[in-house]
Amino acid sequence: MSSAPKKKPEDAGVVGFFDDPETLLTATAKVRDSNFKHFDCFTPFPVHGLEHAQGLARSKVGYVTATLAFTGTATAVAFQYYASKVSWPHIVGGKPFNSLPAFVPIIFELSVLFGGIATFVAMMAFNRLPNLGKKIIDPSLTNNRFAILIERPPEQEEDDFVKAPVAVAPFDPLAAEAFLKSLGAKDVRVVRDEGWF
Amino acid sequence: MATTAESSVNPEVLVTGGKTFQDVNDEVSLPLESFPTTRWWICFIVAVAAFFMGLILLGRTFMEGIGVWGLNQPMGWGTDITTFVFWVGIGHAGTLISAILFLFRQKWRTGINRAAEAMTIFAVMTAGLVVLTHTGRAWLAGFWLLPYPNQRQLWVNFRSPLEWDVFAVGTYFTISTIFWITGLIPDMASARDRAKNKFRKIFYTIASFGWRGSNKEWVNYEQAYLIFAGLSTPLVLSVHSVVSFDFAVSQLPGWHTTIFPPYFVAGAIFSGFAMVVTLMVMVREAFKLKNFITMDHLEKMNKVILATGMIVGYAYACEFFIAWYSGSAFERFTFINRAFGPYWWAYWIMACCNVFVPQIFWFKWARRSVPIMFVVSLYVNIGMWFERYVIIVTSLHRDFLPSSWAQYYPSWTDWGLFTGFAGFFFCCFLLFVRFLPTIAMAEVKSVMDQPKAGGTH
Repeated sequence: MSSAPKKKPEDAGVVGFFDDPETLLTATAKVRDSNFKHFDCFTPFPVHGLEHAQGLARSKVGYVTATLAFTGTATAVAFQYYASKVSWPHIVGGKPFNSLPAFVPIIFELSVLFGGIATFVAMMAFNRLPNLGKKIIDPSLTNNRFAILIERPPEQEEDDFVKAPVAVAPFDPLAAEAFLKSLGAKDVRVVRDEGWF
Repeated sequence: MATTAESSVNPEVLVTGGKTFQDVNDEVSLPLESFPTTRWWICFIVAVAAFFMGLILLGRTFMEGIGVWGLNQPMGWGTDITTFVFWVGIGHAGTLISAILFLFRQKWRTGINRAAEAMTIFAVMTAGLVVLTHTGRAWLAGFWLLPYPNQRQLWVNFRSPLEWDVFAVGTYFTISTIFWITGLIPDMASARDRAKNKFRKIFYTIASFGWRGSNKEWVNYEQAYLIFAGLSTPLVLSVHSVVSFDFAVSQLPGWHTTIFPPYFVAGAIFSGFAMVVTLMVMVREAFKLKNFITMDHLEKMNKVILATGMIVGYAYACEFFIAWYSGSAFERFTFINRAFGPYWWAYWIMACCNVFVPQIFWFKWARRSVPIMFVVSLYVNIGMWFERYVIIVTSLHRDFLPSSWAQYYPSWTDWGLFTGFAGFFFCCFLLFVRFLPTIAMAEVKSVMDQPKAGGTH
């Protein structure tokens, strides 16, 4: 969604299609080691080892889950203590007001509930879903074909060494096309970002 | 084509018939894109009619009170809680298949997990309806069940297993649903990208959240999926344990036992798998999915039914042993009364359906015969309903004071409501098989024999 306002007539990049996951894997590793730093793969199902071939970092969804799950634990402990001991101390079955063992089931359930909802929200947020601005490149990508998209890089990029934005070398679609063809892509073309509707 | 599915030479072949990725999309999406068959309409009309009958009887219940179900003193619980536990139990197979089998890397789960999860969600919804109804004034249920700041300045009792149940079932429903929706996203994208019809395209575009299949998305998606599996695994074990606490934490003979949590969980998986077999046998036949839900899948499920059925049978025996060994006169009486008292027929229906009938699955030919497994799965469904009936009714109807002893017979309103709730479940399931892919296409593709570079596919 954040990339939606980028409404330029320029193309988004060059895409090359592959028929099987193995060729995609070897091709992806070569793109990773090339000068094209901005690229992504599109597959109809998760391909094992592709994240390594692409050089992607481990997903951070788990940290969000852990944080919110422990928040759930703390909420359940605090709330049950407050309700049963502070707000309305009430003797039930001769148990103490703060009958912690009896609170365990709800502590567990609330941890799972918070953690589960957080996982979903984090997954959606990290993936920028719901994605309204960018249509799928080709309908076959959710069916039986695989693709590498070499993206047009931004004009300026934050440089790690000088700690300032520096100009990026201009994008050469023809070089990207030739490179993808050399990797065995069956069908290579320039694509633009389009909205769904 | 039907016979190719019967081969089991290589257990790793999860999709038979030499299917390509394209075939997976074409064959699984076919029911979504064609007008429903007459057979589907007949089933749907029957289910809707049953559901409407249930709604009318629900009206009668709300006007006159839950006494119209045949409840009395000391029988405060009857088929209402029986049916609630029955549906919650059925709801366990879906999450077991999607979460526990995922963690154990059982790849065969991919063929059946979507439909099993759908079954789970609809079963838990049905159970929720039943249990809200049994409160008598369901429109006030939030008043008693949910801890929220209110004018009475009271809180719910967090020491009560009934309150734990609210959280357990509520959490289970929420997590199962978002797990299922997450699993649906890539398949909704597949359905969207092949949709020709404009309305269908809009519907699936929204349902897919605009998924593009980028690997940067898959990385987060896969981790989220793994976390869901990790969270759901203890959750699925906890839910029926908590349901069993409704009984075990009380002090009634026959209920107050420590064996209940594992016994209930095994029984839930048992009944859930039976329902999965019942539904899958029909789905694979009706939608020609025999190459995706193969005989090997069904055989594995039948093995699970046999194993969990044995655990349940062991629990029945163990209960009797402990009743004798405890030396408690009340416990002994309850169990002798359970098997030989006025409800002896219910007990022996339960024992026959759950313990003796599944023994046929020791034979491979029986595990691989569709008619046999269909009949056995129906018997198990019946037996597991009677198991809860036996537990609830036989413990309640003999109160500590013989002057309070009574009999309980469900009224026709009660049976009608039971049918109505089942109608609700089947309505949901029938709509599911029309509008959503019954097989997780993206997951099936990842376990198929993948086409090799340059080879023929």
